[in-house]
Amino acid sequence: MRDTNRRWRTVDVLVVSVLAVAFGVVFWAWGLLWNGPFAAVFGAFKPASAIVYGVWLLPAVVGPLVIRKPGAGLFCEVLAAIVSALLGSAWGLTVVIYGLAQGIAGEAAFAALWYRSFRLPVAVAAGALAGLAAAGLDLVNYYPTWSTDWKLLYTGLVMLSAALVAGAGGWLLTRALARTGVLRRFPSGRDVVKI
Amino acid sequence: MVEVQVRDLGWRHAGRREWALRGLDLTIPSGQRVLLLGASGSGKSTLLRALAGLLAADSGDGEGEALLDGVPVARARERVGIVFQDPQTQLVLSRCGDDVAFGLENRGVPPERIWPQVARALRRVGFPYHLDHSTAALSGGEQQRLALAGALATDPGLLLLDEPTANLDPAGAALVRTALAEAVRADTTVVLVEHRIAAALPLVDRVVALGPGGGLLADGPPETVFADHGPALAAAGVWVPGHPLPRLPAAGPAGAPLLSAEKVRYRRHGADRDALPAVDAVVREGEALAVVGPNGGGKSTLALLLGGLIAPTSGVLRAAEDLAAGLDGPPHRWPATGLSARIGSVFQNPEHQFVRANVRDELALGPRLAGHPREHVDATVDDLLDRLGLAALAAANPFTLSGGQARRLSVGAALAAAPRVLVLDEPTFGQDRNTWIALVQLLAGLRDAGAAIVAVTHDDELLATLADRVMSLGGPPTGER
Amino acid sequence: MTRRAALTRRNPLARVGAALLFSLPLLSTLDPLTPTLAIAVSIAVAGAFGVSVAALTRRSGPLLLGAVGVLFSVVPFAEPHGQVVAAVGPLEITDGVLVDAVGLGLRVLAVALPGVIVLATMDPTDLADALTQNARLPARFAYGSLAALRLLPLLRSQWQQLVLARRSRGLSPGRNPAAQARSLGGVAFSLLVGAIRDGERLATAMDARGFDAGIARTAARQQRFTGGDWALVAGAAAFAATILMITAGLGM
Repeated sequence: MRDTNRRWRTVDVLVVSVLAVAFGVVFWAWGLLWNGPFAAVFGAFKPASAIVYGVWLLPAVVGPLVIRKPGAGLFCEVLAAIVSALLGSAWGLTVVIYGLAQGIAGEAAFAALWYRSFRLPVAVAAGALAGLAAAGLDLVNYYPTWSTDWKLLYTGLVMLSAALVAGAGGWLLTRALARTGVLRRFPSGRDVVKI
Repeated sequence: MVEVQVRDLGWRHAGRREWALRGLDLTIPSGQRVLLLGASGSGKSTLLRALAGLLAADSGDGEGEALLDGVPVARARERVGIVFQDPQTQLVLSRCGDDVAFGLENRGVPPERIWPQVARALRRVGFPYHLDHSTAALSGGEQQRLALAGALATDPGLLLLDEPTANLDPAGAALVRTALAEAVRADTTVVLVEHRIAAALPLVDRVVALGPGGGLLADGPPETVFADHGPALAAAGVWVPGHPLPRLPAAGPAGAPLLSAEKVRYRRHGADRDALPAVDAVVREGEALAVVGPNGGGKSTLALLLGGLIAPTSGVLRAAEDLAAGLDGPPHRWPATGLSARIGSVFQNPEHQFVRANVRDELALGPRLAGHPREHVDATVDDLLDRLGLAALAAANPFTLSGGQARRLSVGAALAAAPRVLVLDEPTFGQDRNTWIALVQLLAGLRDAGAAIVAVTHDDELLATLADRVMSLGGPPTGER
Repeated sequence: MTRRAALTRRNPLARVGAALLFSLPLLSTLDPLTPTLAIAVSIAVAGAFGVSVAALTRRSGPLLLGAVGVLFSVVPFAEPHGQVVAAVGPLEITDGVLVDAVGLGLRVLAVALPGVIVLATMDPTDLADALTQNARLPARFAYGSLAALRLLPLLRSQWQQLVLARRSRGLSPGRNPAAQARSLGGVAFSLLVGAIRDGERLATAMDARGFDAGIARTAARQQRFTGGDWALVAGAAAFAATILMITAGLGM
């Protein structure tokens, strides 16, 4: 199961890039929902919106799970952020900085195990770490005046959401993608039954 | 200027049990132009990829060898140019000139020599636009011309063409064939894969047909191959020119109108021109209506409107009371479950409509949403699996199906909800002869049972075989003929 | 937008660097004056980057909403300090918290604006050229992602197709947010499957044209990082430093 070849092939670069672009489109649609129905639900109590935060962190987990090469999480998350910036995100370069921080944090989980394991626990850890980075940036950028209790609660909620949605969700997503046969050229697609 | 030698060539894609290609021996002398034929799944595209050196060792298992002038393809890749089927996924850069320059940059051509070579390649294919023109603003035919220029820019001795006109409307296909006839040097070896053969024949001097299990079905000059092996090739799914197709006219006269569109017009939000200029259309029970016209004329938009999936910007689409059966208002306001039980839509890309994890659930969705009891759902699904030839694949993930299987499933999934109107967008696109015939017979059967069929198509054979009435869109004048 | 504006001809990396060096130091402050000055500078130089004030307003519309939103998400949860000026139910609002919140809303705006300005006229091809030629990033990554970016409009139109296709199959999420999120997940999944296929095809097409063949690549378009580019970066840093010194001098 271990892939000793760590060099990125063209197909690795392109599939991660296109995934990032597709996530950029998903974020754009998610943003419409985030600002629409969810705003109504969570508008009254801002820290609660942290619960659905994990969606933004999916690329940081799915990229590495799909191609299993060093740097995939960072590359995928940053590129997805650049795409949403180019799609006309009002936040400019801020989203790219978020992408960098979340990507590096998620990457750390896979790097800690020398890119040898791509199982569920690692995915969950990667999601939680990416969530930690995101929450940290939010606290610096938007909520520096919050009281410490709120800061801790917010960080905890974001990490939980990231671990569940981006971590476990990303792992399930990758498994579902493998079952469609589109990942045949990647180690993640070879664990699946031959067709 | 390249001689191709293939010896005992075989390839199995990673994750597959079956070999895509096996035991193939073939020699193509320098400067010959070969049309490569075979049923779906006979390994035509795999052979082209092998000749282009694109089958990486880590993406499957290989056997035998492919040589260009005696050198293994992996070390002779710079002598090969290839043009693929889909224009969207083979252009790399956003400006036309940059895209042609891409291959030259990759091969380390000094910068000062790149732009003259780009200009020469664009002249050869008769490309009319400036270097800075956006690749996204080109039509499909123009994009394929540009892709051809990109392949020719490096002066390949072997040019490989993988169904370069399959995704184009007739005008775009003609544009590409003209460019091919004029741009390719006489001494360039050419291997062309095409489904629709008649138009490609003037470009080639040899026909090679691959058999389903590996090896050659036929090989020789076009006249000889089709005279000697015509019926066998047709039976294997190859489109043999002049080989007769069934004719399936309606059993009786068209019945009552089910849908009538009055001056329906559609403009996308924020667009500066209409995707569909105002048209009238009537859909009748027991009739197959074909909608034809050039790309960009609004055919697919009309299909979405008749399918009740988008709201017209102006004009109205009325459903007969008989069809609406209790639902109020125009079809685009109907709830989704009610819509799918009355008007079925089949999209151009079958995969867009897959929403379940296996073939059986995909077919069961319609009857389940309609609230039928379990036995009824099972009976409907089993019947459809049989009729579509998908019984062996009931547990397969829909996305793993081949092009022909996916097409049949997408039609079957729409039929499972038992709609009285079926709207199809390019249903026969890229299908081999056997799938084509099975599909057309299925549609004819539905029509003769009283359903209304609307097919948006470029396919002349479909018009001749099935259409009871033809509506022409785009280009003046708009209306029925 | 005028494509000929003076600073759009500067190296893309210099423009990004300038935006970052100008905006990031603002994060060290929390008073309302610093971001106000920074916003004023951003608006003043936007024209030189080829962005008219009208275009800037249009692009940053959602940003203004976001800045106002920050006010609401900050006030109830902040550590109270200063005089109580209002009370909403159990919540007491102090003037200290209010001033902080206004400063924070302005800061969100001030940090984002420079990025919005430089990205508005950024040509992705130029950026990829600069990343490979000036920042020495591997061509594989720069041009791989550039090629994938070309698919963006295609994927967006696929998204719309997928939404319609679900309706044609009898599925519609209605108004329930949970059902909407689930439906969105289904559409996203199909989009990703198609995207991976597109990525594979594009990779094959690029390899067929000699990409990543191990030959030293040449560049048809030249990007240079010149003295003028260094000056732009230095200028941005100097502006930021000046603003911070002014407000520090005023004791904020």
